[in-house]
Amino acid sequence: MFVSNIEDIPGKTITTCYGIVSGSTVRAKHVGRDIFASIKNIFGGELKGYTELLGESRDEALGRMKSQAQQLGANAIVNVRFSTSSIAAGAAEIYVYGTAVTVE
Amino acid sequence: MDSLTIFLILLALGFVFGKLAEGRHYRSIQAREEMLVRLPATSCKKPMGNSSLISHAELVHGHVVVSVDYFKQLLAGLRNFFGGTIQAYETLLDRARREAVLRLKESCPTANEILNLRIETSSISKGGSGDRVGSVEVLAYGTAIYYQEASSQHLSS
Repeated sequence: MFVSNIEDIPGKTITTCYGIVSGSTVRAKHVGRDIFASIKNIFGGELKGYTELLGESRDEALGRMKSQAQQLGANAIVNVRFSTSSIAAGAAEIYVYGTAVTVE
Repeated sequence: MDSLTIFLILLALGFVFGKLAEGRHYRSIQAREEMLVRLPATSCKKPMGNSSLISHAELVHGHVVVSVDYFKQLLAGLRNFFGGTIQAYETLLDRARREAVLRLKESCPTANEILNLRIETSSISKGGSGDRVGSVEVLAYGTAIYYQEASSQHLSS
């Protein structure tokens, strides 16, 4: 599966377009992580727990988008965009969308 | 009286550790940026070199969640009252963005160029227990392209 965030896959030509495919996920970390993060908030610096959380959810959203594209019979996704929104403290929604196409 | 002591302790802890952490982070960012200077990231959609030599392309991303310390949070709160530039948050966002781009580049060290780099910022502690900004997430994503090796191109032609 070729994925890119520009309008085409460099070095390939698009033959068929299948329309939008997307994947989303909402995740929260367990309370322990939240408490740790709020302590870390005193000292400042990277919140590794949240970085990990968002990384995992982004991979899952990407995976869902790819499987949707596969179901349509596409072999590439172009013009991919990410968006993140926080629903509540400690929970985040990751949304990934793009256009499923076939390339040669 | 007790709460004032706790407040002052938190403030001092935030000031000392926050300053140390920021200095360390900036030093590490600078060192890694120098190492990765050969991998350019552009916001253009077309490669700078010859586009017919591209062997493959892939989506890459890097992200980081960073928070400000307690002292800077208070400083920013005061600034909010008087208005003006909030330097405490400026450095926070600068650090977060540069770190995210560095992580993106580190995830594809053999790439030749990164196209259409996009940087997205979101505040993740929104809706928390009444406190202000606190932490931000920065996501950087782009398309990494790999040029064909000069030797393999020679063989195919």
